[in-house]
Parts: sequence; structure tokens; C-alpha cells
Amino acid sequence: MTDLPPFLVALPLVASVVVLFAGLARSETGWPIATLAGLAQLGLAATLAYRVFTAGPISYVVGGYEAFYGIELVIDGLSASVVVLIAAVSLGVLAYARTAGPRGNPFYATYLLLVGGLTGVAVTGDVFNMYVFIEISGLTAYALVASGDTGRSAVAALKYLIVGTVGASLYLLGVGYAYIGTGTLNMADLSAMLAEVGYQSTLVQTAFAFIAIGLFIKTAVFPLHTWQPEAYAGSPDSVSGFISALVSTTFAYALIRISLSVFTPDFFAAVDLAQTLLIVGAVVSIVAGSLLAVSQTEIKRMLAYSSVSQFGLVLAGLAVLNQTAMIGATVHLLGHAVMKGGLFLAAGVIATATGAREVHEYEGLSERMPYAAGVFAVLAFSMVGVPPTVGFVGKWYIAVGAVEAQLWPLAAIILASTLLTLAYFARLVERMYFREPAAADDHVEGESAEPQPDAVVADGGRPSLGMYAAVLVAAALAVTLGAAVVPFAELLEPTLDLLLS
Amino acid sequence: MIDVLAAGPVDLLATRSYYAGTFLLLGIGAYVVIASPNLVKKVIGMNIFQTGIFLFFIASAYVEGAQSPIVGPKAVGPFVSPLPHVLILTAIVVGVSLTAVALGLIVRIYNEYGTLEADVLQEVRTDD
Repeated sequence: MTDLPPFLVALPLVASVVVLFAGLARSETGWPIATLAGLAQLGLAATLAYRVFTAGPISYVVGGYEAFYGIELVIDGLSASVVVLIAAVSLGVLAYARTAGPRGNPFYATYLLLVGGLTGVAVTGDVFNMYVFIEISGLTAYALVASGDTGRSAVAALKYLIVGTVGASLYLLGVGYAYIGTGTLNMADLSAMLAEVGYQSTLVQTAFAFIAIGLFIKTAVFPLHTWQPEAYAGSPDSVSGFISALVSTTFAYALIRISLSVFTPDFFAAVDLAQTLLIVGAVVSIVAGSLLAVSQTEIKRMLAYSSVSQFGLVLAGLAVLNQTAMIGATVHLLGHAVMKGGLFLAAGVIATATGAREVHEYEGLSERMPYAAGVFAVLAFSMVGVPPTVGFVGKWYIAVGAVEAQLWPLAAIILASTLLTLAYFARLVERMYFREPAAADDHVEGESAEPQPDAVVADGGRPSLGMYAAVLVAAALAVTLGAAVVPFAELLEPTLDLLLS
Repeated sequence: MIDVLAAGPVDLLATRSYYAGTFLLLGIGAYVVIASPNLVKKVIGMNIFQTGIFLFFIASAYVEGAQSPIVGPKAVGPFVSPLPHVLILTAIVVGVSLTAVALGLIVRIYNEYGTLEADVLQEVRTDD
């Protein structure tokens, strides 16, 4: 028993308020306070993760109200990994955001609130509490998307808000069904009592359908992804890096948590339709996301559609429902966050230095910005799944899991997804390395004749050290984490045994 | 619940009119969000959609002939379940904050583009 879990959520929330009030006294205090809070959060997350991986899951009853009535926080191997990821990525993006902006204390206050909300989703053991944290994360994410100073980001944020709210509401409706069937909101109690009610009960099946569809919307699974490309492309670079790395990731985690902890694999064994729902969502997302990514002309929209396809893979790992595939899903969930966050930030570095935001503007980039182009290419190949990167290992486990479960069509799609991913990244890498910059000067002038509202966001200046550092660390992690997967899988095994039993 | 289903659709509607109301509200809300081109109306539709869910929870707490759940020396059960009320109170607060953020964004969009119609907005934005 330890008293640390509630601080994981409370620390960023309190820090957010501190940032807001410090801003009244002195502006420009946001970044240092946020960084301090981020460091403390990472320390806390690492401590708890160490305890979870050495001594087993931690559960904490908030306010002394025993579970069933009260709210329980539960940290197992899976949630600990997500919590560490959230803390680490938020620190990395802070390093980037210092010069890249948006500036001002309100931005950092919202930023910390989002960190708190996401961490809450990861650690809570109560389905209604999870709804509240989903909405906190949602609200702050909408506000962050709107923090760009263009009209485009406001429109993107409003669209995100309306679609996201419908998603969260469907989740709440599903929770309502489960609550009416069982009379409890605690995840552990729910899983026992849903089994008692019977998995063939329409009530239980409808509850799962609503929750799954709600979280599909939040995770941006095709065809419920409509909010996502504009939200990523319309927001400032730091924000799109942050949101693409963490928000969908945490909601995909929520789907995994609800599917395995609340409904349990027995539910999927009893109700074929539920597993079919996940598999269809996964397959359609992988294929459609990639095809849409290929057809994009704007870099950030292309990366956004790539996320749709990669979350299809995570969903596939969940749908297979065996240990190997779940290791793959977890690794890909974490790995995708590092790679995609890195790619968005790298695109931001390139846009800051050159103003290039379109695919054709990347022609000959390796001569103008050799380092940035190199890092972008490393991250892109990692996303494609070139060994020994973390992108390769995640997909490998998911594919092997699908083969073990003898889901041949799914396995084929997973392997094909590598080629599909290559299709849109190869296009970019080829432009960066094997093409001459298109008649440099007059072309740039031709471009500036039609002003790009987004290009204005860039300061037109040089990317700072912090911006480069964030991107470099992401690329280094993408390459090296692949080697860490085997020991990580061993650490994760007890958790997954419990989840999949 | 099973005997209610066996009683036929008319009785079902009569005894569970709350649930019919819930899904009517959900339907109307979803329709307004999708079909109305006006951004403010979309937000209103979103609110109607959420209200349907609120009704769903509150109706589930209702117990025929029960007291309000205020426990005191004179209170005699059975009581209406208080938990869904608390949950929905939270959800209402969330809904209000969402509406506030949405309206704030709409003001910004109007200042930027001078329109509240989604289709006009589309045209204005493809122009620039």
C-alpha cells in the first residue's frame, strides 16, 4: 500500500492552477513551473512503475471510501507504462514548446491539465471516473488545438469538440447500460457482475457496443476519425506533436482496459460479434488510413491519417486476444506515441526553418537541412517497421500473435500494412533525398504569392536547441527501444496473464 | 425486465416512456448535429443529445413510490437511488463547460470568417 497514486493526478492539476496564478503576477513563468512539474511527474511515474513491476499491481482507495461505493485507482503494468509514457512525452514536448510556442501561462496551464486528465484515464479503476477524466482530457485537447492563432485552428477545434463530445457521450451511455445491469461502476466489481448477468444479455452487449463505438471515435478509428486530421493539422506544431502522441494513445489504452478488465476475454469468447467489431474496425482503419495518407498533399494531414492506420494495428493486437498480440499492441501503442510525436515535431522543425508544409516542398530537403531530414527519415522508417526499430518489433509481435490465433486474413492485412505505410513515407523520403529542390527561388516566390495561414505560425527563425533535442531524443528512442522490448515483454507478462485469464 | 418485454410494445411504451423519451432526445440531438449547417444549432443539438443521456440515468434511479434519498430520523425507505443523480450532476457540469468552450470557439470563428453557416465557412476557407 502506498499513498503515491493520487498524486499522479493531483500534481499536474495543482501545478496547472499554480501556473495560472503565477501568470497573474508575472508572465513567462509558465515554462519553468510546467517543466518542474513535468520532472516531478516523471519521477513519480517512474517510482510507481518500478514498484508495480517489482511488487505487483497497486490499488488505492480514494478518500477512504471502500471500493464499490468509493473510487479506486488501480495501477498495473499496462497503466504504469502508459503513465510513464505520458510523463516522458509531455516533458519532451515542453523542451520543444519553449521557443516554438504557443507562449503564455494559459497555454501551460491547459497543457498540465491535459497531462493530469490523461494520467487520470490511465490510473482510474472506476468507469464513471474514467468518463470524467476522458472529458477533462477532451476539453483541454480542444482548447490546445484552438491555441493556434489562425481561424483554421478554431474551426478544427470546434469540429473536434462536437465529434469528441458525441464519442464521450456514447461512452457514458454504455456505462449507463452497464450500471443499470449491475448497479456498480467499479471495474473489478463490474467484470464479476457482468459475468453474473450473462454475456448473452442484450443489456451487456449493448453496453459494450456503446462503449466501444464511443472510444473508437475518441481514438479516431476509421470511419469515425473525421475530427482527427484537421485537429492535428490545424493546431500549432507543439500541440500536434503532443496530442498525436498521447491523446488517441490514452483512449486506445482505455479501450484495451475496458475490453480486458471489465468485459474480459470470456465476453469475447461468448460473443463473436464483439470480436468481429474490433477486427473489422482494425482492418478498415489500417487500409483506409493508409490509402488516405497516400493521397494527402499536406505533411501534417498525411501524418494524421497515418495515425488512423497505426491505431488500426493496435486495435488488431487487442482483437487477437492472446499474449503475444497484446505485447505487440502495448509496444506499438507506446512506440507509435514516440515515433508519431517525433515525426510531428520534426515536421515542425522543418517548417520553422524553411516554411515547408506540403509534400512537394520537401524536395531536396536533405541538402538544405541534412540533420532534420535525416531524423525525419529515421522516424519514418521506424514507423514503416524497418528492423531493429520499435516500430518493427511492435508489428512483429502483433503479426505473430495473429498467426498464433490462426486469424490468417488479419495477419495478412497486418503484414500488408507495412507496405502501405512504406507507400506514403517512401514518397517523402524519395523527395527529400533524390530530387533537386524545385527551382529554389522563383518557386518560393510563387508560393508566397498565395499566403499560407499556417506558415505564419513559424517564426521564420532558426529552430532552437530544445526543438532539435526533442526530435533527436524521439528518433534515438525509436531506434533503441526496439532492443528493450524483450525485457519489457517479460515485465509485462504477469500483467497480461492477469488481463487475459 | 423480461415480463415487460413479453407484455408487448404498447405496454412497453406506456411503462417505460422515459426510455422512449431518451432515445427520442438522442435521435433529435444527433440529427441536429449532423443536419443543421448552423454552428450554434450544432452545439444546441449536442446539448439535446447529452440531455437524452441525463434522462436515461435519472430514469434508471426511479423507484415506484420511493422517498427522496435524504436519510434522517423520520426517513422511511424505500429510497430513490441517489448515485445516478450525483453522476449526472457531474455530467451536467461537464456539459456546461463543453458548451462554454464551444461558444467561445464559435465567437472566434465568426470574428475570423464572418459566418456561422458550416457550408459558407467551407467556401470561404477554400478561397483563402
